[in-house]
Amino acid sequence: MAATTIARSINAGLRAAMERDPKVLLMGEDIGKLGGVFRVTEGLQKDFGEDRVLDTPLAEAGIVGTAIGLALRGYRPVVEIQFDGFIYPAFDHITSQVAKMRARSLSTVTLPMVIRIPVGGGIGAVEHHSESNEAYFTHTAGLRVVCCSNADDAFWMIQEAVATDDPVLFYEPKRRYWDKGEVGDAPDLSLGQARVVRPGTQATLLAYGPMVKTCLQAAEAAAAAGQDLEVVDLRSLSPLDVDTIAGSVRRTGHAIVVHEAPTAGGLGAEIAATIQQECFYSLEAPVLRVGGYDVPYPPAKLEEEFLPDLDRVLDAVDRSLAY
Amino acid sequence: MSDTDVAASVAATPAGSSSELDRLTAPVPAVQDGGPDMVQLLTPEGQRVPDARYDPIVDALTDEDLRGFYRDLVLIRRIDTEATALQRQGELGIWASLLGQEAAQVGSGRALRPQDYAFPTYREHGVAWCRGVDPLNLLGLFRGVNHGGWDPNEKNFHLYTIVIGAQTLHATGYAMGVQKDGAVGTGDLERDTAVIAYFGDGATSQGDVSESLVFAGVMNAPIVFFCQNNQWAISEPNERQTRGPLYRRASGFGFPGQRVDGNDVLAVYAVTRAALDAARGGQGPTFLEAFTYRMGAHTTSDDPTKYRVSAEVEVWKHRDPIERLKAWLAHEGKADIAFFESVEKEADEVAVHVREGCLSMPDPDGTQMFDHVYVEPHPLVERERAEFLAYQAGFEDGGH
Ligand SMILES: Cc1ncc(C[n+]2csc(CCOP(=O)(O)OP(=O)(O)O)c2C)c(N)n1
Ligand SMILES: [Mg+2]
Repeated sequence: MAATTIARSINAGLRAAMERDPKVLLMGEDIGKLGGVFRVTEGLQKDFGEDRVLDTPLAEAGIVGTAIGLALRGYRPVVEIQFDGFIYPAFDHITSQVAKMRARSLSTVTLPMVIRIPVGGGIGAVEHHSESNEAYFTHTAGLRVVCCSNADDAFWMIQEAVATDDPVLFYEPKRRYWDKGEVGDAPDLSLGQARVVRPGTQATLLAYGPMVKTCLQAAEAAAAAGQDLEVVDLRSLSPLDVDTIAGSVRRTGHAIVVHEAPTAGGLGAEIAATIQQECFYSLEAPVLRVGGYDVPYPPAKLEEEFLPDLDRVLDAVDRSLAY
Repeated sequence: MSDTDVAASVAATPAGSSSELDRLTAPVPAVQDGGPDMVQLLTPEGQRVPDARYDPIVDALTDEDLRGFYRDLVLIRRIDTEATALQRQGELGIWASLLGQEAAQVGSGRALRPQDYAFPTYREHGVAWCRGVDPLNLLGLFRGVNHGGWDPNEKNFHLYTIVIGAQTLHATGYAMGVQKDGAVGTGDLERDTAVIAYFGDGATSQGDVSESLVFAGVMNAPIVFFCQNNQWAISEPNERQTRGPLYRRASGFGFPGQRVDGNDVLAVYAVTRAALDAARGGQGPTFLEAFTYRMGAHTTSDDPTKYRVSAEVEVWKHRDPIERLKAWLAHEGKADIAFFESVEKEADEVAVHVREGCLSMPDPDGTQMFDHVYVEPHPLVERERAEFLAYQAGFEDGGH
């Protein structure tokens, strides 16, 4: 396949999933005629009809709650939450119902649903449009949480998420929607696996979603300064691919976790704890975290200061290597 | 009754006696038509329609008040146009235009008494104007220098709320507080207080909005729910949000609902004034549906040609809220050419204020994000502020 954007890849992946399984339904606000505010579902209502691509009432609790019912009835709903900051009205359904249904039913019920969420900042938006709230959900047992970072993964991961019998929160890096990449003929990893996107020997940068590109750029810049950095794209945030993470850190001895979300209680904390448990004798420095500050996401004029960037990543690399 | 009984009885109902069912299940009126229940005091052509319920309220307005409405409508439209232009020129990140909704906002905004409190969405620039909020405050949010940042208590105008529907609960709680303070039903119109909650047609789908209607009804809170039905929630028309007309929802919650021509500033003023005074008088909530139209895109990021036809917009162009008031004022001799010209001139001045104020708005200092999170000292935020400053200083030293 020719190079395409992340947004188009998800669109193509959804199309493939819908062609494969007539039980797959799309639901969300403005996803039909408009094709979604990011145009991820563009053309799908036209091709699959209003029965399978539903412009829902403006109610996130309603969207996720009714998706649960549709899943109970044998459908595979793929719901779109318009922006990360608008997931919260559905929080109760996701954490209390979606996450627990399997356990409550002693495995008699499956809820094969996908909740797609454009995530993160960097697009100059007004408040509530730039949140990174993955930690709420990685903290919730019963949910699988994944995040794609490139067009190839976007295409394959969305199809795997739809095919998975567990509920999946599928995060999409909104500021990278228009980044282009090649899409391969087959997936080379399963949904739960991390990927070493750049091999290196001196330190491991661990990231996901929008920060993967930032880390790759940082590694590029570091290479010019003689530092050889490895970059791991986590892809699956819950469960974590501990083997790939630990394997990398055992080789390099240095680990830096990078995410946009506020640092305290963020996914980086879980990763750091896991690394110190798994790689204690290989570590040559404490695991460092580069994340957003522990404040509400700031107005657009300040987001560049809030978000980890190449410099802040490299600053952490220097601190780790100098340790 | 069993299901089959119900089916049989519905089938057996003679046409004449099923009118209630017909009424309840009648499709939402076409976008063109507000239906017979809609209060309209001024036709699109500028003809005054008598209405015994509301005439006394309109008749109490002086000519100066009426000219004031016109001035508000024109100035707020100009502010809106200027803001849209500023966005196009890259000076604002985004702008949510109120084009077409001026009368709904000015009519309701002017119906408020000074002690009343308004809870807006993100589109209530006209209400902000009526409350005396400087438009530059609004621009700060859309320019991305803050999240609003004005003191809501200064003008009794809460911060813009972007999460759809949330503010209706806040407004209801605020009204409950007003009630507990005894600022309701004393008969003192200068002191008794009402609250108004603004929201859109799309917002009516949110659980928060239904819950606010429940609370307001149960508590008999002094609140007016002011729904601007501009027919669209981004790309979704009314039919995607509701099967029946919105104003009728109120009856299920146990209080009155009324549809009003949202492009008729006189009708909106009168109906809102009556509802606010009922609320402040202790008679509880009212649901008002201002039937209007979003003439522009949802925001400057939106492209409405993807989902709606221009013929619909054309229909609504003939219902312009400003033109009808102008025609009526001129016809009645309540305003002359000199007045209309003076308003145009004032609009030019306001536009300059908006433009210059926007361009000269300082960028926020990076520490702003740490400074307003908590009331009490917070060690983590303190530490991060210090780290942030040290990191920034490193750039100045050429350290990074
Ligand atoms: C909880 C929530 N979900 C989704 C959105 C995204 N969104 C912003 S405005 C809007 C449509 C609102 O329509 P309506 O209530 O009719 O108000 P209007 O914009 O027409 O004034 C949507 C879906 C949001 N802001 N908040
Ligand atoms: Mg609307």
